[in-house]
Amino acid sequence: MKYILLIYSKESDWTGLSDEDKVDMYQKYTAFTDSIKKSGHYLGGDGLEPTATATTVRVRNGKPVTTDGPFAETREQLGGYYMIDAKDLDEAAEIATRVPGASYGAVEVRPVMRM
Amino acid sequence: MSIDHVYRADSGRILATLIRLVGDFDLAEEVMHDAFVAALERWPGHGVPENPRAWIVSTARHKAIDRLRRDSRFREKSEEIARWAAAEEGEAPEALPDGENRVADDRLRLIFTCCHPALAVEAQIALTLRTLGGLTTEEIARAFLVPEATLAQRLVRAKSKIRQAGIPYRVPSDERLSERLDSVLAVLYLIFNEGYAATKGAELVRRELCAEAIRLTRLVVELMPERTESRALLALMLLHDSRREARVSPEGELVRLEAQDRSLWDQGEIREGIALTESALREGGARPYALQAAIAALHGEAARFEDTDWRQIVLLYRELMTRYPSPVVELNYAAAVAEASGPEEGLRLLDAIDERGDLATYHLLPAARAELLARLGRKQEAAGAYRRALSLVSNDLERRFLERELGALG
Repeated sequence: MKYILLIYSKESDWTGLSDEDKVDMYQKYTAFTDSIKKSGHYLGGDGLEPTATATTVRVRNGKPVTTDGPFAETREQLGGYYMIDAKDLDEAAEIATRVPGASYGAVEVRPVMRM
Repeated sequence: MSIDHVYRADSGRILATLIRLVGDFDLAEEVMHDAFVAALERWPGHGVPENPRAWIVSTARHKAIDRLRRDSRFREKSEEIARWAAAEEGEAPEALPDGENRVADDRLRLIFTCCHPALAVEAQIALTLRTLGGLTTEEIARAFLVPEATLAQRLVRAKSKIRQAGIPYRVPSDERLSERLDSVLAVLYLIFNEGYAATKGAELVRRELCAEAIRLTRLVVELMPERTESRALLALMLLHDSRREARVSPEGELVRLEAQDRSLWDQGEIREGIALTESALREGGARPYALQAAIAALHGEAARFEDTDWRQIVLLYRELMTRYPSPVVELNYAAAVAEASGPEEGLRLLDAIDERGDLATYHLLPAARAELLARLGRKQEAAGAYRRALSLVSNDLERRFLERELGALG
């Protein structure tokens, strides 16, 4: 089954890091990505620029309405995702626990709709 | 052997096997039902087959294949049909992948699916009782005092989450087993407690909840004999259940521990509970269910209330509090201290909990304070505490009990 792992954390946790800690975090993500590529679970994934760069678009009465900022102001923000292939929820959740962000933020595991 | 007997004794097991074979709760339930209908038609004329359970499983599997063949999406499903058709008759579970499923019982796999932490706790309870306990939706709804439609909806949602999120049907891997077993045991204990806090009106169904919780815990103990925590939980349930006849009077009123007729206690359950407690403590150490079972065992051993070894009970609660602190444990500790060292001492501890506001909405805190205040002759304060407890209580039996105690203050 295909799952998406949505990584949520406080952006301030990231921006507050020293350069050294940022390098350390990059290395952790690189190591994790490599490990799930090697095990054949990796389908894709990216980190996202902070919510300050976000634009939200809605269409109302046929007209596009564009606003500044993320879709919702939340305490923790979506900061990145992985798309993985796992045999079931247990395997997907086990992989999610190894996402570096799970140790300070949270990782939401969602099955991808089968069309 | 009658069909009715096979249904009652084996339907849980049959359903568990069918869910594994067809990979879908609803389809498994439907085809099991079809197979029993077929048995009603066939067995009276042709005799009961040698292995009735295998007959039902095999008939149900064919019904499932028939249903899928009729399905318009037959082509997509042809792979699945091939898989089921290839499954052996009678049915030893297939070879276990990389040794991760150490116990190959379908009911055990199913209990881990039903109590999966990705499901809401209410859904875990409902699903466990419906699929493994064999209770009807109506019975579960009545036992939990929710409308039947609400409960049915809860089951539907849980089953679709299992399907859509890919919640697996297997015993978790070794490194996750302890954590996942904890969640299974927590669900079984919740079921037991819901049954144990019985209200008169729904008494029969509630007692059935206790019986089901004990039966399912026994099953976990049998299937995973090396896990001491399930043994300890079984002990705890048996020791509480042993007092069921004595804790409600013939008039349907709640009876305090000290006023219970101990000749009504079930000595068989007490003996089994004590033996299980001892072996769980010996092999698994002082873990929460084992400590609680040990406390219940000390009550079970006391022939009269005056014989209760309160000193030992205080020590056990202190152990429980140090290792697994919780305000409810602290409350019980205080009540035990009141018996061992006098009401003043107990009251001092209860007041400390009260001041922290930890159990502000829990009726048993003011109820315990009221009782000790009454013993100390501080009637006015006791009455105030009983009124506070009455404003928080939700169970009718307990409400009447508190009202009686308040009235008895004079």
